[in-house]
Amino acid sequence: MFSYYVKLAYLSCKRTWGMTLLMVCAIGLGIGASMTTITVNYLMSANPIPHKSEQLFFVQMDSWQPNNPYNDDGDAPTQLTYRDATYLWQAQKAKRQSIQSGMAAVIEPADKEVLPFMVQGRANSADFFAMFDVPFLYGTGWDHQADLKKERVIVINAELNERLFGGKDSTGQTVRMAGEDYKITGVMDRWNPKPRFYDISTGAFNDVEEVFVPFSLITEQKFSRSGNTNCWKPTESGFQAFLDSECIWVQLWVELPTEQDKDAYFSFMNAYAKEQHQYGRFARTDNNKLRDVMQWLEYAEVVSDDASMMMAMSLMFLLVCLLNTVGLLLAKFLSKASEIGVRQALGASRNDLFTQHLIESGCIGLAGGLLGLILALLGLEAIKVMYGDWIRDLAQLDLTLVAMAIGLAIVSALLAGLYPTWRACQVQPSVQLKSQ
Amino acid sequence: MLELLARLELGPMFRALMRNKIGALLIALQIALTLTIMVNAIFMMQERSQQMARASGLDETNTFYLSNTVFAQDYNLKTALQQDLQRIRQTPGVVDAIQLNAIPLSGGGWSMSLQTKAGDDIEGTGSAVYMVDEHGINALGVELIAGENFQSSDIGWREIGSTKWPAKTIITKALAEAMFEGDWKSALGKTVYIDNHQPMQITGIINTLQAPWNGWNGVERSMLVPQQLDGKGSRFFIRTEPGRRDELMPVIEKMLAESDRGRIIRNVTSMEQTRDESYQEHQATNTILLTVIIVLTLITGFGIVGLAMFSINRRTRQIGTRRALGASQWQVMRYFMLENLLISFAGVMLGAAGAVGLNIWLVATFSMSPLSPVLLVIGIVALLIVGQLAVSYPALVASKISPATATRGRA
Repeated sequence: MFSYYVKLAYLSCKRTWGMTLLMVCAIGLGIGASMTTITVNYLMSANPIPHKSEQLFFVQMDSWQPNNPYNDDGDAPTQLTYRDATYLWQAQKAKRQSIQSGMAAVIEPADKEVLPFMVQGRANSADFFAMFDVPFLYGTGWDHQADLKKERVIVINAELNERLFGGKDSTGQTVRMAGEDYKITGVMDRWNPKPRFYDISTGAFNDVEEVFVPFSLITEQKFSRSGNTNCWKPTESGFQAFLDSECIWVQLWVELPTEQDKDAYFSFMNAYAKEQHQYGRFARTDNNKLRDVMQWLEYAEVVSDDASMMMAMSLMFLLVCLLNTVGLLLAKFLSKASEIGVRQALGASRNDLFTQHLIESGCIGLAGGLLGLILALLGLEAIKVMYGDWIRDLAQLDLTLVAMAIGLAIVSALLAGLYPTWRACQVQPSVQLKSQ
Repeated sequence: MLELLARLELGPMFRALMRNKIGALLIALQIALTLTIMVNAIFMMQERSQQMARASGLDETNTFYLSNTVFAQDYNLKTALQQDLQRIRQTPGVVDAIQLNAIPLSGGGWSMSLQTKAGDDIEGTGSAVYMVDEHGINALGVELIAGENFQSSDIGWREIGSTKWPAKTIITKALAEAMFEGDWKSALGKTVYIDNHQPMQITGIINTLQAPWNGWNGVERSMLVPQQLDGKGSRFFIRTEPGRRDELMPVIEKMLAESDRGRIIRNVTSMEQTRDESYQEHQATNTILLTVIIVLTLITGFGIVGLAMFSINRRTRQIGTRRALGASQWQVMRYFMLENLLISFAGVMLGAAGAVGLNIWLVATFSMSPLSPVLLVIGIVALLIVGQLAVSYPALVASKISPATATRGRA
């Protein structure tokens, strides 16, 4: 029976091809637009480290000025002062902790023919690699001792290894950076979490850095810091004064596997804030925050306003397309009244007619869904061209999204077909046959 | 009046509509939603276009900049900087060049808070900080509207990590207005305080110079500070004679790179490119919104055509009968045009409410500004016209139905 109904649907669509084309296009455009924006939103709000996102916490301490809170909503600052971050890191109260900041330096390749070049890097402590499950092609990260002894060690990414060592295992070799030799302890495999959750301060969808060096080296002033620095209190001149200042520019992540660990760590943070309060710092001692990965990404609103606004618009656009389809299907089915009358007179039950017309709607939906999928692919390509490089990894359809697009199309078309189908089944055969 | 209404057959038209409520309702709803989306989308586009149209104050078409990153050890930054600037300024075709700590519109820079009184707990006004020498005004291409430019004796050398500020500053008109209650002229010669306590005298006012952050609500507030920066990474900002920028960009890059092997010259970028990149998202969003508006209007228009065609097909015999009873072609056409106007009108009224509703939600959720009523009226008129245009073809077809149809059987 099913294939017979499909055939009937085909014949019916062929007879009114202009109308059918219009409906398929409407559904296709609606689905295409919605899927494009849904894809971007879905990938922007993805969980970048699903298996342990609930165990990793971003530490926020409110060291900001007494008069005005850092944020309009009263929340704690999004970075820490150097003194607070190093105190918490040195305490080693969590299972793992990574203190970090951005950095940049010039690398001078051993081959004098190759021009020196600039790299974007991260200054972090040893736990970074284990905490965030960084994959290694060769070797590993460094250990806690290297942090304490300020050893010149470095982890480089696969691209840089390709560029400097032709992709060979380079662990144990040295890289000349910022006028000093750094020993390679490991080569990172391809890794590019989106959002780049561990540091979203300069853009949530930036690429992972090319080099990683111990954070403790920052006090040596060999390479330059990068990222945001915010100060509220005048500081004295000089680097040591800067390190001791109330400027915030350091980030701290901690790994706390259980709820008890989290509670214990939070009490530790608050106790530290209270202690500092006695020395005249930390005007708001109860405003510290410990957010896990997803809570942090949500609070920091990594899904851009433009993206959510576009999604709202495109869903309304889909609604217009569906209203359009309902109207056209209604007109189409009602104009078939005499045919329906004949079929009823020949013994087709209301059920049969209902099934038949729903299948017709479903077929239009499927065609619209396929068209929509193609349009979504085109739309995503257009987005990549228009928005530039950072959106590259956020504009890709995966299987879930493809299934979602087709499903959305068919469900929408069936919903759109429901009322017209019901109306078609209300046709009185006698009236129709008489009027012939 | 009543007679006119009777002549327009509004009564029968309304009763006919009531017999096919759903069809009319669907079109009305579609028009309503289209208006809702259209008006808000156009409004969002306008907001972005206005932001993009703001002048940066720079001579954008003839300026570019580059990064100079020193990696050699034991390098005399101070001497090298003066040499570099001299070399660039002497290059034929170059109008002027400076070292600059931040580039307008680029997204990265310095900001400080200025106060009209010294003290710790005094509310300040945020401003972007540009560190320049006495060539700054000429190289940037900004217009000095009061006071005077820096002298070469004013220019200080700022060590890394230093927190000392010089005694003079030149500020933008917008910053002056923000600090001195809208009276920018009164700002000249006044003393303001930076870093809570350090006094600076305003010795000049420039017309426009945007901050590096295009999304900041204080984007027009900037200050020039007479300092040159120590440090291994710096930027040179270069202005050329009209039309010679593209030719000089590679020339200067090569000249600097070859004159000194202890550094890297990179990111040679024109101001025009910086503007494009700065507003890339705005531009892209506007393109998408425009596409949405066009496609949406087309779909609604074709939907009206399709539904009208069907309704006319179903009413072929009635139309024939009316023609046979003496209705002119124009009267038949007018009937369908008016019918559409009636439905569209209901649609746009509903849509106007929807547009305002959506706007209220957008304002609340995404901190947009409220919709202008003029735009709403324009949207309403535009959609009524689209409806009339869409229905005109089916109406024309209807008017061509021969009176003889009435005498034939059902087609």
